[in-house]
Amino acid sequence: MIGLSHYLTLSAILFLLGVTGIFINRRNVILLLMCIELMLLAVNFNFVAFSRFLNNLDGQIFVFFILTVAAAEAAIGLAILVVLFRSKNSINVDELDSMKG
Amino acid sequence: MEILFYVFATVLVGAAIGVITARNPVHSVLYLVLAFFNSAVLWLLLEAEFLAIVLVLVYVGAVMVLFLFVVMMLDVNVESVKSGFTRYAPVGVLVMVIIAVELAQVIWVRHMGLRGVGELTPMPADYNNTRELGLLLYTEYFYAFELAAVILLVAIVAAISLTMRRRPGLKAQDIARQVGVRREDRVKLVKMDAEERQ
Repeated sequence: MIGLSHYLTLSAILFLLGVTGIFINRRNVILLLMCIELMLLAVNFNFVAFSRFLNNLDGQIFVFFILTVAAAEAAIGLAILVVLFRSKNSINVDELDSMKG
Repeated sequence: MEILFYVFATVLVGAAIGVITARNPVHSVLYLVLAFFNSAVLWLLLEAEFLAIVLVLVYVGAVMVLFLFVVMMLDVNVESVKSGFTRYAPVGVLVMVIIAVELAQVIWVRHMGLRGVGELTPMPADYNNTRELGLLLYTEYFYAFELAAVILLVAIVAAISLTMRRRPGLKAQDIARQVGVRREDRVKLVKMDAEERQ
């Protein structure tokens, strides 16, 4: 029988893979954005699993809004990336140091 | 049911590993598409049908295609991307281990005080997930729904205004000037004497 902990374990593995990806691919901004999408997917997994196992639809409504905000975030992030590439000719994180951060 | 969960979960984890280890960003995007499809099927197993369909339509159909466009447009140098990650590998491993231990603690040791929720009762045959979501979304969460619409509008405006570029010498219509033109700008009446008959 598949229980709640199976789904939580799966989403924990997904979240860990997302975090790992940020450390492995820390030079490419596009891959960083994709790892963030992976972590958001893990969070959504938790919401859907809890919503189903507790018989409460509010979690799925929350996932709906997370998907909306994530889509907006991806669109703006990729637009910034395109502008960045146009002005610097590179999206390497190490070269994006003009703000001296 | 169990075998379906394990098959799709295995493919999902494999696709996630592919996302973070693929050398080519295009492969990463395609692995992410695979991961989203498998999550959608797992959500179907959880009887969250509407969100599963939305995940495929919105995420795979729109967001991932956008990613694919940008990845192919930017033409990233693949070789230089992976070099030099060993410097941050110890920190990465440390952070990973800490998070893994914490999550394991929460999920397996504490059970979050939810021992009773282990069993999943199937919904009745006439249960309509989309209808229930709609009933909740358009009544209790209507204000948040409108706010989400505004967020999407802001995202559209931001993305367009960020990427719009004015090149000098580009021949384009200026709609405002076109609409605002008046008769005096275009027509000039000239008084002159009648011509002599030849």
